[in-house]
Amino acid sequence: MKSLAELEAIKSKMKDFVDMRREDSACDHADSVRATVLVCGGTGCTSSSSPKIIKEFNDQIAAKGLENEVKVIQTGCFGLCALGPIVIVYPEGAFYSTVQVEDVEEIVTEHLVNGNIVTRLLYEETVQEDSIKSLNETNFYKKQMRIALRNCGVIDPENIDEYIALDGYKALSKVLTEMTPEQVIDVIKDSGLRGRGGGGFPTGIKWMLAAKSPNVIGKYVCCNADEGDPGAFMDRSVLEGDPHAVIEAMAIAAYAVNAEQGYIYIRAEYPIAVKRLQIAIDQAREYGLLGNGIFGTDFNFDLEIRLGAGAFVCGEETALMTSIEGMRGEPRPRPPFPAVKGLWEKPTLLNNVETYANIPQIILNGAEWFTSIGTEKSKGTKVFALGGKINNTGLVEVPMGTTLREIVEEIGGGIPNGKKFKAAQTGGPSGGCIPASLMDVAIDYDSLIQIGSMMGSGGLIVMDEDNCMVDIAKFFLEFTVDESCGKCTPCRIGTKRMLEILDRITKGNGCLEDLDKLEQLAYSIKESALCGLGQTAPNPVLSTLRYFRDEYEAHVIDKKCPAGVCKALVSYKIVADKCKGCSLCARQCPVGAISGEIKSPFTIDTSKCVKCGACVEKCKFGAIIVE
Amino acid sequence: MNKQETVAFNGTKEQEAKLMEAIARHKGTDGALIPVLHEAQSIYGYLPIEVQAMISKNLDVPMAEIYGVVTFYTQFTTEPKGKYHIGVCLGTACYVKGSGDIFNKIKEKIGLTGDSTCTPDGKFSIEATRCIGACGLAPVLTVNDEVYGKLTVDDVDRILSKYTD
Amino acid sequence: MEMVTISINGKSISVPKDYTILQAARSAGIDIPTLCYLKDINEIGACRMCLVEVKGARTLVTACVYPVNEGMEVFTQTERVRKARKAVLELMLSNHNKKCLTCARNRNCELQTLAEELNVTELPYEGAQTPSTIDDVSPSIVRDNSKCILCRRCVAVCKKIQTVGAIDATQRGFNTTIGSSFEKSLNETDCAMCGQCVSVCPVGALYEKDGLAPVWKALADETKHVVVQTAPAVRAALGEEFGLPIGTPVTGKMAAALKALGFDKVFDTDFAADLTIMEEGTELLNRIKEGGKLPLITSCSPGWVKFCEHNFPDFLDNLSSAKSPHEMYGAILKSYYAEKAGIDPKDIFVVSVMPCTAKKFEAQRPELSGTGYPDVDAVLTTRELAKMIKEAGLKFNELEDAVFDSPFGDEATGAGVIFGATGGVMEAALRTVADVLTGKSLDKLDYTEVRGTEGIKEAAVKIADMDVKVAVAHGLGNARKLLNNIREGKADYHFIEIMGCPGGCVTGGGQPIQPAKVAAEIDLKAERAKALYAEDKAAGLRKSHENPYIKKLYEEYLGEPCGHKSHKLLHTHYQERPKY
Repeated sequence: MKSLAELEAIKSKMKDFVDMRREDSACDHADSVRATVLVCGGTGCTSSSSPKIIKEFNDQIAAKGLENEVKVIQTGCFGLCALGPIVIVYPEGAFYSTVQVEDVEEIVTEHLVNGNIVTRLLYEETVQEDSIKSLNETNFYKKQMRIALRNCGVIDPENIDEYIALDGYKALSKVLTEMTPEQVIDVIKDSGLRGRGGGGFPTGIKWMLAAKSPNVIGKYVCCNADEGDPGAFMDRSVLEGDPHAVIEAMAIAAYAVNAEQGYIYIRAEYPIAVKRLQIAIDQAREYGLLGNGIFGTDFNFDLEIRLGAGAFVCGEETALMTSIEGMRGEPRPRPPFPAVKGLWEKPTLLNNVETYANIPQIILNGAEWFTSIGTEKSKGTKVFALGGKINNTGLVEVPMGTTLREIVEEIGGGIPNGKKFKAAQTGGPSGGCIPASLMDVAIDYDSLIQIGSMMGSGGLIVMDEDNCMVDIAKFFLEFTVDESCGKCTPCRIGTKRMLEILDRITKGNGCLEDLDKLEQLAYSIKESALCGLGQTAPNPVLSTLRYFRDEYEAHVIDKKCPAGVCKALVSYKIVADKCKGCSLCARQCPVGAISGEIKSPFTIDTSKCVKCGACVEKCKFGAIIVE
Repeated sequence: MNKQETVAFNGTKEQEAKLMEAIARHKGTDGALIPVLHEAQSIYGYLPIEVQAMISKNLDVPMAEIYGVVTFYTQFTTEPKGKYHIGVCLGTACYVKGSGDIFNKIKEKIGLTGDSTCTPDGKFSIEATRCIGACGLAPVLTVNDEVYGKLTVDDVDRILSKYTD
Repeated sequence: MEMVTISINGKSISVPKDYTILQAARSAGIDIPTLCYLKDINEIGACRMCLVEVKGARTLVTACVYPVNEGMEVFTQTERVRKARKAVLELMLSNHNKKCLTCARNRNCELQTLAEELNVTELPYEGAQTPSTIDDVSPSIVRDNSKCILCRRCVAVCKKIQTVGAIDATQRGFNTTIGSSFEKSLNETDCAMCGQCVSVCPVGALYEKDGLAPVWKALADETKHVVVQTAPAVRAALGEEFGLPIGTPVTGKMAAALKALGFDKVFDTDFAADLTIMEEGTELLNRIKEGGKLPLITSCSPGWVKFCEHNFPDFLDNLSSAKSPHEMYGAILKSYYAEKAGIDPKDIFVVSVMPCTAKKFEAQRPELSGTGYPDVDAVLTTRELAKMIKEAGLKFNELEDAVFDSPFGDEATGAGVIFGATGGVMEAALRTVADVLTGKSLDKLDYTEVRGTEGIKEAAVKIADMDVKVAVAHGLGNARKLLNNIREGKADYHFIEIMGCPGGCVTGGGQPIQPAKVAAEIDLKAERAKALYAEDKAAGLRKSHENPYIKKLYEEYLGEPCGHKSHKLLHTHYQERPKY
């Protein structure tokens, strides 16, 4: 790729073909192609057989001789993972959800041949009497604003031309031919973009610091794609759905800080993302968008993928670099900061995937555009991975400042089974639990810190009344203990001791002093651990202690688990009034703990009961309760 | 005090040639050890001492350092995987939907106790995985490349019964 | 040097710009506790003992790695700092096998000292212990992970300084332990047994394999003629075990103590060092004359020899076939001496007191038994000798100086003494080789170019009309570097001295252990070496070949250096050993 003109040529060649599938475009064909079938090829939908669906579509379309008129495209994630596998047919924009391989024939025959939308497969909310509601008007999408995810679910991530059709690599060409590195850094600084991987450090400043370090014997630009927070998968989705955005952004960053080599450190658990990223790198090289003399300038840049091997701590920047160096992924003390002494002791710039995904858009649309979105100190959007007890599990991108209530109740479609919202956990093992009373706080970096949580990478796990907050804290501590690298004393031993205390509490062996001890330990670890992960590891405990202390106290004083989760603390009881004496429960009980006479109320011998819950599930009358 | 090897090493000449090719390809590049370990594990399925010794010798990295790296990263294993490798996701989304119980039920069903992860006959092995990203299907488990979602404890028998040979 | 001004606890000080907070504080006389920190070797900020408060920093920072900068305000003893350090220590203690009374490092343990200094009075966080094992299979070193606090000094010294890497951090999180590949015993690895890991261990997780029991037993056995010999370096450090300043020579008190312990004969390994020079020097001259394999490399350091067998099998023919001095001594004791004294060699029990853990391994080599009996029956480290002296209730510092026994001991040369310092063997050899080559008794005695603590020393020494090219390396990392240079054709020499331990035997793995804090301030290898060079200077005879007992030994028994009898008794061979 030697010039912008070459890029424009590809763009105009592809324009109609890609435009047809954009919600805001009126384009309804591209030369002979009159319809496009988009099938989600994200990890979620792939797990529910979307590759088989694609094959079936291609077979059926070929069988009908439509291959020149109808194109099937495998895209990245659409976000609404709960309804996968998802298929969208354009130009109509018919959103088919939970599509099975057996449904394909019907879609092809009815929709693509006969022109009748298959209403029974449509996403319920889009069904209107005589038309389909645009996706942008559904609750799930209405409040979303897609910057980082703009191409996810729109383009074929394995086809660089589709990326180019949507202004791909235009930002890189602009930067290389019209801007100085200082100007690029100024735009990023002015945009107010902050690191999307966890701490929220201002990206422009990071770039400036890296740029300031002299390039004596090499300098690196790295991408952190070691997304390890349980429940977070936005980085994976970006790489699966729009890998070129990250490559383009890294090239821009390299130009800005004067680096020539980049590394993308990605979890090996993300095979699809790795594959697409490699395809994208190969294509970019082929087009001369990576390599020497990019866009006819003297700028050289190339990229290499390095795979993680299953260590959460490698998401920490110094640990990530140690891991790329081929060692145990243990963090090292800062300073020196990576911008001064990073990978192989050379100046290194490291950003996460979502951060990079914003860069080309900021360059193209300007800092002012970006600052118009979000809150005073947190600009732009944030992608959240919704999970847990929520109807619309999936990926959403919202402007900073959106409230938790909007995300959970509107976008997320609320809690399943009419249960009550109890808390939302953000920031993974480094974050905390936000109680219902704070649902109207406008979410940004600083508000989350203030309420004892953090943005983290953007996992958002919803919990309902059936979740025990002590158990949740224990779950996160277990995770931290498992994933602690073991280098520094406070994290290695301190988190283990905290877990032991939590374990005592959930087993009914805790005492009030344990709560103080827990708190003390938590603060010590925050003060003294080596890396950011250790320093934030106590957050799940501290935040639950802060907002749900009563639950802890119930465990240690009353020896009760209010949510009925901690097995050692619950007992099963049959409510005599409701029991019809059918004996179903007694027959179900694996240990013979239930007895009684037919047609009169049964009872449970709590000394025998193993609390397996089988009886509760079988009882048709709701007569068995857990206390 | 040596770790008992559960299954005798029986690497083939072909595997060794592949490993040597992989080492030759990576040798000289910075941070070659982890990429080589990845390739070695995909060639042999696991990283027994014999494989680590070959890597040590040809990549000139001390044995203890290799072992330190292998035992640091959960994806590397020094134990062979079963014919059917079961991964139960214990990520948050799956956990709050009860995947812990499913994990225990499977262990019980295939007869594993304590820390052992592979049945002596080499048929089943089990692993608690981190989030595999199929949270919409929570709770999920995988058997080799097959994914099972929206599970309850009662589904365990049905799934295991598919892998009888 | 560019200076910056910082304040510590309100006091303004000016320090070099590249200092850490720890260096700055210590230079100002302010102590900050450390554990994992080992100057220049292990600076990883892992243990978190040295936490201090820096104004404006979000969390506490570790003084050992945190660089100073202009205007920085540091506080080292605030409530916040004290609490945090104590919590870290309490956590460490909660996962430590606290059997201090019976620990090898009781009263010389950096963790124990800290517990006292930080006034730890309770242990609030007791809980599960990291699974651990004791590896006591090797003849030299015991590893007890239940005591380990994961400071990783041992790993750093083994991997970075010695370039062996026999142990490393394995597993992770709470299960992290220091170990070898697949938890094998050190004995099954390429460990050189140098014991540098032992020297740097702040606690009792690494110590020498106990050799005392058989020695006490032999001493109590009437039928045994128990002979002890002490290596040159022992006298330069033994005093430290009894509170004497570093570098105090205690030759006379040591001889007195050994006699008081009941050894039948107390000999000086210096004599055998002279013997080694005769054999090795002759070997060198022969190889030069006959076009034999060069460079000739010394073989008196058993850590180095084992390292060579594992890593440089192509250099085994370069190793001098001469046994190490104490092994030569053992062989002479069980042959010539036995004959002269009329004792059946089977009743002679030879104890070597060595600054070395690898000597314990060496003594077990089956090939080192030229008389049909093991040359040496037991090897004790300097530390173990101190334990014996304490156990016997001897007041070491009050003992009156005694001399070594005849017929070998009372006249060793200064050449033998300096064997204990890096460059000493080379210097001793040069003194003899020069006289032989020129056929004169030269006045030149001091070859200062091979002295000093630089890692690799090179010199071209003009003797007669020949330029003898020599090199000296100490520490296995330097040895590796030197041999790689030779392998790659970047250097060539006639004669090389290699010592396994940095500094040579004075800082061997069996020497008294000084806390890291002391070792950071005082150059142990230089101070202890000074004691040896002083003894050399004061010696009546300073050339090995001038030792009258050496002459007598050759006249009466051995014939000539490298002759038939020498070959049988004083020479050995080496074998390639696998890396794992």
